[in-house]
Amino acid sequence: MTSSRGMIVLKRLAQAIPTLFGVIVVTFIITRALPGDPAAYFAGPAATPESIAQIRAGMGLDKPLPEQFVRYLQDLATGNLGSSISTGQTVLSDVLSRLPASLELTFSALLLALVIAVPLGILAATRQGTFVDHLCRVVVTAGVSLPVFFTGLALVYVFYYILGVAPAPVGRLDFIYISPPTITGFYVIDALLAGDPETAGAAFKQLILPAATLAIFTLAPLARMTRAAMLQVLASDFIRTARAAGLSRRKILFTYAFRNALLPVVTTLGMVFSFVLGANVLVEKVFAWPGIGSYAVEALVVSDYAAVQGFVLVMAILFVVMNLLIDLSYTVIDPRVGFDG
Amino acid sequence: MTSTAEPARAAPGLITHTLYVLRSNPITLLAFVLLALFVLAALIGPYVVPHDPYQSNAANALKPPSWQYWFGTDDLGRDVFSRVVVATRLDLLISLSAVVISFFAGSTLGSLAGFYGGWTDRIVSRLLDTLMAFPLFVLAMGIVAAMGNSVQNIVIATAIVNLPFYARVSRTEVNIRREAGFVQAARLSGNSNLRILATQIFPNALPPMMVQISLNLGWAILNAAGLSFIGLGVRPPTPEWGIMVAEGARFIVSGEWWLALFPGAALMLAVFTFNMLGDGLRDIVDPRQRS
Amino acid sequence: MTAFVDVRNLSVDFKTRNGLVHAVRDVSFTLDKGRTLGIVGESGSGKSVTSYSLMRILDAAGVIAGGAITFEGMDIGSASERAMRDIRGREISMIFQNPRAALNPIRKVGHQIEDVLRQHVQADAHNAREKAIEVLKQVRINNPEERYHSYPFELSGGMCQRIVIALALACKPQLLIADEPTTGLDVTTQKAVMDLVAELTRARGMAMILITHDLGLAATYCDHLIVMKSGEVVESAPALELFRNPQHAYTKKLLRATPHGTDSVRDLLPEDMRPAEPAAAPEPAAAKDRTPLLEVRNLVKEYPLKSARGGVFRAVGGISFSVGRGESVGLVGESGCGKSTTSSMVMRLLDPTSGTIRFDGTDIGEIPAGAFARSPYRGRLQMVFQDATDSLNPRFSARRSIADPLLQLGLKGGERLSGAALNARVEELATLCGLPHHLLDRFPHQLSGGQKARVGIARAIAVSPDLLVLDEPTAALDVSVQAVVLNLLVDLKEKLGMSYLFVSHDLAVVKLLCERVIVMKGGEIVEQGNCAKILEAPEHDYTKALLAAIPHPPI
Repeated sequence: MTSSRGMIVLKRLAQAIPTLFGVIVVTFIITRALPGDPAAYFAGPAATPESIAQIRAGMGLDKPLPEQFVRYLQDLATGNLGSSISTGQTVLSDVLSRLPASLELTFSALLLALVIAVPLGILAATRQGTFVDHLCRVVVTAGVSLPVFFTGLALVYVFYYILGVAPAPVGRLDFIYISPPTITGFYVIDALLAGDPETAGAAFKQLILPAATLAIFTLAPLARMTRAAMLQVLASDFIRTARAAGLSRRKILFTYAFRNALLPVVTTLGMVFSFVLGANVLVEKVFAWPGIGSYAVEALVVSDYAAVQGFVLVMAILFVVMNLLIDLSYTVIDPRVGFDG
Repeated sequence: MTSTAEPARAAPGLITHTLYVLRSNPITLLAFVLLALFVLAALIGPYVVPHDPYQSNAANALKPPSWQYWFGTDDLGRDVFSRVVVATRLDLLISLSAVVISFFAGSTLGSLAGFYGGWTDRIVSRLLDTLMAFPLFVLAMGIVAAMGNSVQNIVIATAIVNLPFYARVSRTEVNIRREAGFVQAARLSGNSNLRILATQIFPNALPPMMVQISLNLGWAILNAAGLSFIGLGVRPPTPEWGIMVAEGARFIVSGEWWLALFPGAALMLAVFTFNMLGDGLRDIVDPRQRS
Repeated sequence: MTAFVDVRNLSVDFKTRNGLVHAVRDVSFTLDKGRTLGIVGESGSGKSVTSYSLMRILDAAGVIAGGAITFEGMDIGSASERAMRDIRGREISMIFQNPRAALNPIRKVGHQIEDVLRQHVQADAHNAREKAIEVLKQVRINNPEERYHSYPFELSGGMCQRIVIALALACKPQLLIADEPTTGLDVTTQKAVMDLVAELTRARGMAMILITHDLGLAATYCDHLIVMKSGEVVESAPALELFRNPQHAYTKKLLRATPHGTDSVRDLLPEDMRPAEPAAAPEPAAAKDRTPLLEVRNLVKEYPLKSARGGVFRAVGGISFSVGRGESVGLVGESGCGKSTTSSMVMRLLDPTSGTIRFDGTDIGEIPAGAFARSPYRGRLQMVFQDATDSLNPRFSARRSIADPLLQLGLKGGERLSGAALNARVEELATLCGLPHHLLDRFPHQLSGGQKARVGIARAIAVSPDLLVLDEPTAALDVSVQAVVLNLLVDLKEKLGMSYLFVSHDLAVVKLLCERVIVMKGGEIVEQGNCAKILEAPEHDYTKALLAAIPHPPI
């Protein structure tokens, strides 16, 4: 049993390879094969025809596509994503230095969303037609209809401008604080590790509004799915068996119903990640959060092409890894995985 | 001809059923009313708005909502209400054309994959998996950045990132019906494969796809507005909800909330309308719910 | 002194979108310790709802509207939820139909049994496992230590039902409610499961309530029977009495419709519904031609296995048989025996791996299934499907469904019909199949099971086929509807002179309809020949087991 489980994990890891390859091909197509002149893009807005031609030759854009692709692969293998024309740094170092900010935001939002959405969905399913159920429906409908940048602005207006309880939306930390020494890259945790509760508190305050904005957006699909999955499981035959066997409500709800309902919820997590990573870009712009999203937005404005490509690739790889983790956790919860091929 | 007599018999049933659904579900009714309003605004909005949406007037800049300017004025003194109404056409047009494109491409690909299986399915699925391996909004950003910053490319990018949804739904819905009894029966009746797909399976797979269309329209609007919010696609001074929110964002911290609130609310209402419509449509098109 | 179980004037209502539904009305019965009671009725009769009320596990929409239920002197209706929880599983247990779905799919079966044991303090953390294995042993599960770690998806249907029985009996309750415990199981498994339940309840002196649609099964295993119809008890009597001397018209109809022990398909119908002239079954004219209509030789279907080592699964392993002109042949076997695969290949919906299918002298097996729709033979082989609901396009009216083969294939001579002629033909077919014309414009969800079956049959005979494959056409129907449909099939054969290949798991039904029978097991034919002869004196052990598994009411 354990060895076959190990095989399933290995198999799933192997399945990620063609996906990753597909991602690289698409990024390559976006970079080279689409209409428009990449060399002109890479050269930036102030380029002369000569400098464009020079860049074209330098990038190998005058070579046939397959050869360009091989070169592209070689570059990727060595971590060469090109250089950003606006920062002057390599794209890789830019992205790596900004990634922790994005991850801190994304994970806090996801955690917040899960902590609220899952109990809400369960309550709504077990108390169908009551206040909680209606609340869940309102939250779900509002959550999917609210443009995430709009929610962010509304929160800023209410909590910063009117109530004055939130700090100004100026990024991860107010200017009066010094960034904590990098350990995990997450400011709140790093500041705590460095024994600086004041900075940790300030970083936490900065994090609340953007994380809440992203969480409101993320909540909806999670709560909806949890509710639907719980309702479906609660109506199934084996729950009736458990009730007929006199099992306690607690046991039925958690050991029997919830664990089964978790399966479809975990499956939706992948889709939710996709939305979160996209919404992340918008939230970062609203809150001037110095992550890779706002980096990409800045790069887009000045047509800093290499930076945008690097960003797309890194986001995709991040997403592939997250999906992989979701699938692996699925094999832990569901004994049937891999049974029927 | 029985085939012409057929819809004639079915039609009164559909209408009464629609009325029944609308009566028993006020939210769907509300969604229909809102949809009618949006369509109306898109059609005649530019001709009836009280002010010229492009006319700037420095003396009138940043006025809060009043009887003269219902939604206030922006930093250039333009009427926010007129701009919000005029923007409806562009916003709906972008999302609608994107969804139409991806519906046709996606459902064709998905139906073929679900019906024929084998290599067709493997190739289509691999293609979809690759698209889905990107966070979709990020992919849309990449596509627009590569193809050039234009409204047309926003439509294409939105269509591409929506495509997997339709393809997946139609693939599943077609696949579960591939071996259904009524499909086998149609084979015995001498129907060819393509005919079975078109007359037997596809009409039955349509209801779940309709729901998906409606939900996706909302998402497509959000997606397009998000792209223009970060400065892609539509360019100022063209009125468009996303870009208006982006322009208004600068004034939030100084308290001029109306610049961002009204276009944002219009956006939200549009998405809300299509999401509600999705659930309502399902009840109407699904004949099993017809009683 | 009240009885062990005393149900007095029980009424149960369900709140639905279309208002209140009285699912059970004024039902009364008693049951003593150690006795067995059968509640018999067709679908929608309220028999399951009655038993759910006994344990108070109705859905949220269901409510006990009146009457009283006493169990060992305790009023079930007014007991607290906590008290009920202690009763469920410890005093009263229940087993269900569809055993695989009745078990938690992602929890080891051993743990599920432990859950019940520990809930009712029959075991603690230390000995729970040991006790669970002990319970598994009692329901005769081989290798209980190993099975303890199995998940339901790793077990067969019969094995799952044993686990459900183990769950129900783990805490040694005094009353067992069995709700259609064998529906969906193969006949031989059915018998094994029922015998096990009967033996365990008897050995422990338990009382049992058996809920079933099968009068034969109820009579075989119960002392006393009550018959329910639309929420009411129509008759209550000791099993023998009820069988010998049924009082209520519905009981008589039900008894008559049950095929066990009857000789003619006409006997299944109430007297007023039988055809006017006695069915003398004259030999069809076509039967003069002695060459078989269908001749199958060495038919094989193999599927590649998905496992890493490769290999093939032989669904059908080289079978040969024939069907004569105007003949009815039964193809009998349990699920997975290859009978459906065989019928799909004969119908040319599926390509065989090897072998020949000669139809009227031509090897139609050579025409690929994908191209058979355009073959001139298409109209000559038609089929009636097992699940009438599934076999009708939900978006087609009955009229459109019946017209479909006429539109695609045309009449036998190739004549295409349209307009009034098409409508006339559809209405003629409806009349032939006993379908009132006003139903023709309804959609499948607006028709009853029996009506849908008639639509399916009308469609199959629309282009006047020579061979009709009947794939368990009555498996999803109530017995009284089954009786009517079987008679319809016999009538049609007499009128139209078709040949039937009747695929079924039920030997009792096959006996009524077929002249010859083919018994399949594991993809092979184990026995074939004259139907009456095989049923009288089966030669193969498997045929014997199949026959023995048919419940024999004590008449």
